[in-house]
Amino acid sequence: MDLLITRHMRLQNHCVWLNGAVECLLEARSIDQLFRGIYRYYDIDYPKFLKMDNLCKLAFLSAEILLRSTDIVQKYPGEEVGIILENASSSLEYDQKYMESIRDRKKYFPSPSVFVYTIPNIMVAEIAIRHHVKGEHAVLILEQFDPELIYHYVSELFRNQQVNCCLAGWVESYGDHYQSFLFVVEEEDKIKTFKGRPEYVIFDPVNMKKLFEGKSI
Amino acid sequence: MIEDLIPKLRKEIIDQLQVEGIVPEEVDPEAPLFGEGGLGLDSIDVLELVVLLDKNYGIKIRASKEAPKIFYSIKSIAEYIQNHQNNKTFS
Repeated sequence: MDLLITRHMRLQNHCVWLNGAVECLLEARSIDQLFRGIYRYYDIDYPKFLKMDNLCKLAFLSAEILLRSTDIVQKYPGEEVGIILENASSSLEYDQKYMESIRDRKKYFPSPSVFVYTIPNIMVAEIAIRHHVKGEHAVLILEQFDPELIYHYVSELFRNQQVNCCLAGWVESYGDHYQSFLFVVEEEDKIKTFKGRPEYVIFDPVNMKKLFEGKSI
Repeated sequence: MIEDLIPKLRKEIIDQLQVEGIVPEEVDPEAPLFGEGGLGLDSIDVLELVVLLDKNYGIKIRASKEAPKIFYSIKSIAEYIQNHQNNKTFS
């Protein structure tokens, strides 16, 4: 069973790449402004986006860019699509914000809308809700992007027939730093037009690392 | 007076719930907050409203059965606050 990366995107340094090509480069004075700019650039209409924390905004935008104008996910039943992500800071930014909101016991009014973002898996949930994904999902917290771990995890899901399609990658956001690398993994024999599609890449740790670093295969 | 309470509450709700692209003055106080034609609020927003009433008006919503009626619109929330304040005054 050969697995392929059939579509991939990166978002960092105010720039969006889709399948290795620059999609857009936006000027922004803050991450918040940048994410709103990308939201408008792609003409997305999803009011809930505006309430998300930065980690979810980044994950949501990455999935939108990756999957727009395609039927990649929709051609599989939701139960057959998984999402496996990695990041370094988990949901630390909102964990700290929430802690700050409950520090003073005399003014103890914990915010439910802050609390919901104190778990990194919420970014997977936001993608899953938007794209009707119902398969296995996980967020792995690591110091840095680990393509080996993603390779073994995702390959095992395919081998056990738990998924027939999987979104995977790295979605990291903390303070002023953000970086995302998201891709789709599918089985070669389920894709009819592999030949002549240069954006298709063999799913292995070496290729993943190259794509993550913006290098050509 | 409920006429004074509604504009104040309208601004507090829009600010607290981070409802973007909406000017508080343009929100119809009698329009439903949830579902079609409303502000598109969700279940987390209800909890946020519960916190708002506690924080800004000292009102604790304990009976969940009351919630749909209380949080139907800005006007219904204002009426609930006013009733609560009147009861407090006379008790």
